[in-house]
Amino acid sequence: MAELVYDKDGRLLFTKEMKQEYTILMPQMLPIHFGMFRQILELEGYKVDMLNTSHRGIIDEGLKYVHNDTCYPALLVIGQLIDAIKNGGYDPHKVALFITQTGGGCRASNYIHLLRKALQKAGLEYVPVISVNLSGLEKNPGFSLTLGLIRRLIYGMMYGDLIMNVSNQVRPYEINRGDTDAMVERWEQQLIDGFQQGKGMSRKQMKAIFRRICADFETIPVTGEEKVRVGVVGEIYIKFSSLGNNKLEEFLLAEGAEPVVPGLTDFMIFKIFNREVDVDIYGGLWAKKKVCRIFKRYIEHCQQDMIDALNESRFRAPGTFEGMHKLVQGYLGDGNKMGEGWLLTGEMLELIHSGVPNIVCAQPFGCLPNHIVGKGMVRRLKDDYPNSNIVAIDYDPGATKINQENRIKLMLANAKALARQAEPSAH
Amino acid sequence: MSLRVGIDIGSTTVKVVVLDEDDRLLFRSYERHFSKTRERTVETLRSIRSMLQGQEIKLVITGSAGLGVAKAAGLDFVQEVYATAAAVNTYIPDTDAVIELGGEDAKIIFFGGALEERMNGSCAGGTGAFIDQMATLMNVSVNELDELSLKHEKIYPIASRCGVFAKSDIQPILNQGGRKEDVAASIFQAVVDQTVAGLTQGRELKGKIVFLGGPLHFLMGLRQRFVETLQLDGEHAIFPEDGDCFAAMGAALCSGDYEARPFEELLKLLEESRGAVSSVDTMPPLFDTREEYDAFLARHNASTPPAVDAACYTGDAYLGIDAGSTTTKIALIAPDGGLLYTYYHSNQGNPVAIVREQLGEIYKLCGERITIKGSAVTGYGEDLIKNAFSCDLGLVETVAHYKAAAHFNPQVDFIIDIGGQDMKCFKIRGGAVDSIMLNEACSSGCGSFIETFAKALGYSIADFAKIGLFAKKPVNLGSRCTVFMNSSVKQAQKDGASVEDISAGLSISIVKNAVYKVIRAASADDLGKHIVVQGGTFYNDAVLRAFEQELGRNVTRPTISGIMGAFGAALAARDLKLERSSLLSETALQSFSHTAKPLTCNGCTNHCALTVNTFDGGRRFISGNRCSKPLGKEKQELPDLYAYKYKKLRAMEGKGSGDGSRGRVGIPFGLNMYENLPFWFELFTRLNFEVVLSPESSRKLYIKGQRTIPSDTVCYPAKLLHGHLEALVEAGVDAIFYPCMSYNFDEKVSDNCYNCPVVAYYPELLAANMPSLKKTRFLNPYVGLHRPKDYEKIGSKWFEETFGIPKKEAVAAIRAAYAAYDAYKADIRATGEAYIRQARAEGRPIIVMAGRPYHIDPEINHGINDLVTSFGFVLVSEDAVSHLVGYAPRKVLNQWTFQARMYNAARYVCTQEDMQLIQLVSFGCGTDAITGDEVRAILEQGGKLYTQLKIDDISNLGAVKIRVRSLMAAMDERRRTNG
Repeated sequence: MAELVYDKDGRLLFTKEMKQEYTILMPQMLPIHFGMFRQILELEGYKVDMLNTSHRGIIDEGLKYVHNDTCYPALLVIGQLIDAIKNGGYDPHKVALFITQTGGGCRASNYIHLLRKALQKAGLEYVPVISVNLSGLEKNPGFSLTLGLIRRLIYGMMYGDLIMNVSNQVRPYEINRGDTDAMVERWEQQLIDGFQQGKGMSRKQMKAIFRRICADFETIPVTGEEKVRVGVVGEIYIKFSSLGNNKLEEFLLAEGAEPVVPGLTDFMIFKIFNREVDVDIYGGLWAKKKVCRIFKRYIEHCQQDMIDALNESRFRAPGTFEGMHKLVQGYLGDGNKMGEGWLLTGEMLELIHSGVPNIVCAQPFGCLPNHIVGKGMVRRLKDDYPNSNIVAIDYDPGATKINQENRIKLMLANAKALARQAEPSAH
Repeated sequence: MSLRVGIDIGSTTVKVVVLDEDDRLLFRSYERHFSKTRERTVETLRSIRSMLQGQEIKLVITGSAGLGVAKAAGLDFVQEVYATAAAVNTYIPDTDAVIELGGEDAKIIFFGGALEERMNGSCAGGTGAFIDQMATLMNVSVNELDELSLKHEKIYPIASRCGVFAKSDIQPILNQGGRKEDVAASIFQAVVDQTVAGLTQGRELKGKIVFLGGPLHFLMGLRQRFVETLQLDGEHAIFPEDGDCFAAMGAALCSGDYEARPFEELLKLLEESRGAVSSVDTMPPLFDTREEYDAFLARHNASTPPAVDAACYTGDAYLGIDAGSTTTKIALIAPDGGLLYTYYHSNQGNPVAIVREQLGEIYKLCGERITIKGSAVTGYGEDLIKNAFSCDLGLVETVAHYKAAAHFNPQVDFIIDIGGQDMKCFKIRGGAVDSIMLNEACSSGCGSFIETFAKALGYSIADFAKIGLFAKKPVNLGSRCTVFMNSSVKQAQKDGASVEDISAGLSISIVKNAVYKVIRAASADDLGKHIVVQGGTFYNDAVLRAFEQELGRNVTRPTISGIMGAFGAALAARDLKLERSSLLSETALQSFSHTAKPLTCNGCTNHCALTVNTFDGGRRFISGNRCSKPLGKEKQELPDLYAYKYKKLRAMEGKGSGDGSRGRVGIPFGLNMYENLPFWFELFTRLNFEVVLSPESSRKLYIKGQRTIPSDTVCYPAKLLHGHLEALVEAGVDAIFYPCMSYNFDEKVSDNCYNCPVVAYYPELLAANMPSLKKTRFLNPYVGLHRPKDYEKIGSKWFEETFGIPKKEAVAAIRAAYAAYDAYKADIRATGEAYIRQARAEGRPIIVMAGRPYHIDPEINHGINDLVTSFGFVLVSEDAVSHLVGYAPRKVLNQWTFQARMYNAARYVCTQEDMQLIQLVSFGCGTDAITGDEVRAILEQGGKLYTQLKIDDISNLGAVKIRVRSLMAAMDERRRTNG
């Protein structure tokens, strides 16, 4: 069995031995993306399990081990990991945990520490926690984010964003129920098989695959009906995770709406862009800015490839990061970077500009950045875009689904009324 | 055209209307459904069968509880706010806004311009259900509450955030003798404030406003509060005759889009529909068998006081009174603890009357046989009762409870008391109270919640508890707070959970709330080996069982669990070993009289809401005060660094060393300005600007900006900024300067130097939400003071671009500003040192009050610093000691400048014998969910007590007093055992 090794501050390390023996548990935020990440990591020789659990026990574990006023995503992610160690059939001495660390002034940067505190409280302090971050925080001998791995993960994210995007545009309209999900599954498998043979991991190949994905999804037979499109923005975990947002996408579909969910790529670019901006507004190393810029450009090029592929298909393409950045000028400064920062407002603006004025802004109860960039901007958006129709929904272990759904229903009813109100003036 | 039927099924009532082709109302009904939504609806429809029989009608359902019914029956549904808007459009077409209050929801609709419809957020239970709860609390019907409110003389500020908060505010007012009439009106005012603050979110309420929904329809007092607050006249405040049925009427109007069907068919659909079987989240039962329960009872009934026959006992006795928040408890004991007389009853908002009546009973019992040789009182109403009846001793609740618990289990190392309003937990180590955990607002009111709820379902609390014991599938109702529990219960009812399962579920919820929110324990070992539970709520066997199950450990519940406070007080009275008790004699009691009058103290900016109690013979007792000024004594001036800092910062306005020739710059006196003002004041005055500070914070200032607050769950210090900016705009300054700051000064004791997101970006929120800022020049650039060299360059460039100031001049001013800030900090530290020296010379204990810089604002801390010094402490702030220890790695990411100071202050306090730390936390402060645990861990490891005070726009000083006095008692106890 692998020996427990600590660094000089007493942090338990994930060792090379552990890489051989341990299974790493990973919380799930986006099924397609994280499934892809898992495969990519497995190809690197890690044993990784993605947690898809969603039962009530997760919340109970979270309530038990995390301060109840901490944000809901921390409670869920930590609850999910601890529940898996306890009840997932693993040997607790042979598991490690992945958790992302973004850094920044939001509480979210503390998740990893809260997780360690929780493990200690649960008597599981021997379980190593691996920080996944791009800031060089917390190194581990048994895990390293090499440049190559980062690149592959970015590709995974791009594929994930594209598949999520096109499937969201097809699913509400499919004639044969299940066609879209079957296609998603088929492509996931196809991509993974490709990865194993080293395919799909160059920009050139990715571009070609993007086109094939679009083409395949175009073949799914759809009805020609029109549905209300509803944008989903918010705190990153609650926005994406069905565990966090009480299956928001399913609910919107059932209500006859098409969910429009901006992807993960912009968030990644945003986080890199923040570092660049810091140098601009506070001063700092020119070289740091340069490195950030190169990295950002690279992802932006990949994003452009995806947009191009979508534009060539019948699907609607999202805007670019820069386009969104332009829209948000005059609303929030570039320095607004904690949590989702100006990006959240930017996404709302982009949705409004692309004909999706109906928006659910999903956040954990009491989310600090969202006071400003979510709820705090709704007034201004309503003033500038009278047809905008934004509902802010709080998620929390105690919030009832019925209250949330009733508010979303109000937004949907408003959507219809606003469309009617807008009609006469349009003619 | 066919008749149209609209059905609005809300959280508590069903409204049914029938409209003819001219939109005229043919029928209307408004009835409570007691969670039997479908049955109630069917009944009403049957009652109007004669009107609809044999016709093709259109029927549409609306309402928060209507969704499920409509879905199950396959009937048409329309969202209720949408329906209401349709009705208002039809019946009152020139309306500008609608305010609708329902059982659990509050809604607002703006017409004119873009239609805007909004509902209350999840943390805003202050609606019909809230009013019901408050009425129960005051032991009156809702109609009586309404009548009372019309006779009010003054309005108390009551927290409007939610019912739980309001309750904690109301209880002390009642207990201190406040008038019911005033409290009733204050409750309605709280509803109004909540609606205005929570729902308008920056859009102005003006023009013609229509008020709808049950509460606004029936309650004249509530109407009055709305009309007065919004300053409306008769033409602009519309209360339609059928205002309680508008949503239903709207639903009927919306039915035009749907198809007509025969009435019989529709009725049949409703009759035959069964609620969709949704999965109710359940938990294991409390008891599986009767035998299990019997063994459980036998075990607990063994902890009982010695038997004594009160009817023939002769000798000395001791009286203990626990004037709790909702109940009054009394115990008369013999010297060995045997019970001669006990009393446990709701105080019905008037503890004085109850105690008086009971004392009469007790004297009757005593006759010539029994002599009362000592009396002590504890609990919320301690001061009042002590003064009213001349008791010998007043003691803090925690001490009383410990005394009582130790009587039953001398080895006790953990006590948990769940009363009506409060939960108190404390650890005992080496015979002394070691750490105290008291609930905060979000977990208060659990005990009385069960009671209110039982009553609403027509059960006594005892019967309600009993039916839960053998429930097969207790429902999981969450543990956040009673508001959330309330809606979880409603949902469970809709999902078909039985009353038994709900009863058991509630008990479990309360226990979870206690264990995970108040105690913050993950296992029984975090508590102790000898746990004693008490408080009225633990009479409930279901709660007791749930507690043992949750911990996996047996605990002790004395048979007198509900009167432990009184019992402990009686023991304390005994231990006084008095020759004679000063308690009012039987004769004096006969001429006893009591009146209470509310009064606002104008002795200082705190403006305490006082209650002046007058007793017979001109004896007076004043409550609600924070300092001794209103009592006619001079305010005791012990060193108080909060007051010192505040005065020093407040003086930073005007022209300083400059000539003010470049104009007047307004700076809001709030949030991080409490730290950064010395810097900006120097910088601007050096550049010859005159600095205008916004006025001192006050509730009035808060109300001034209240309607532009977009997020009602943000902290109070942030909300105050809206008022500060309004005031600066009114002051007509040339520009307002309020920069965005992701980072604050780097003090090299943490891993990063961030501000929290709210402090960092609030200027941008204000810019987007305050229309009045367009009237001025609002400057909110991003600045980074943490990099002085870079800021010289970047800052001077900004001043050149913004004001045309030569770079050289600005650079010099920036350097001077850094120096001024350093001098300010050095002064605070030196003054802190001097205060500490003085305290030591005079032998006074020292409190380090650890919060954010802006917690020195008296409107934010509600004069807690005065309260603390009035108890004989010397008070210093966290930044006066945080530099005395260096950097140390922490278990959490130590990345915020202000928060890092608290960790260091806590570490420093651990090294000082005569210091204790109190942490101030603003409600809604997300970062303190992290710092609270960490500070507590530091202090506990260092052998210190952790005391946290949570504060919001209103503060319940009674609760603060209990915490501070518990801390004092614990310090005394420690000194005694150590010394």
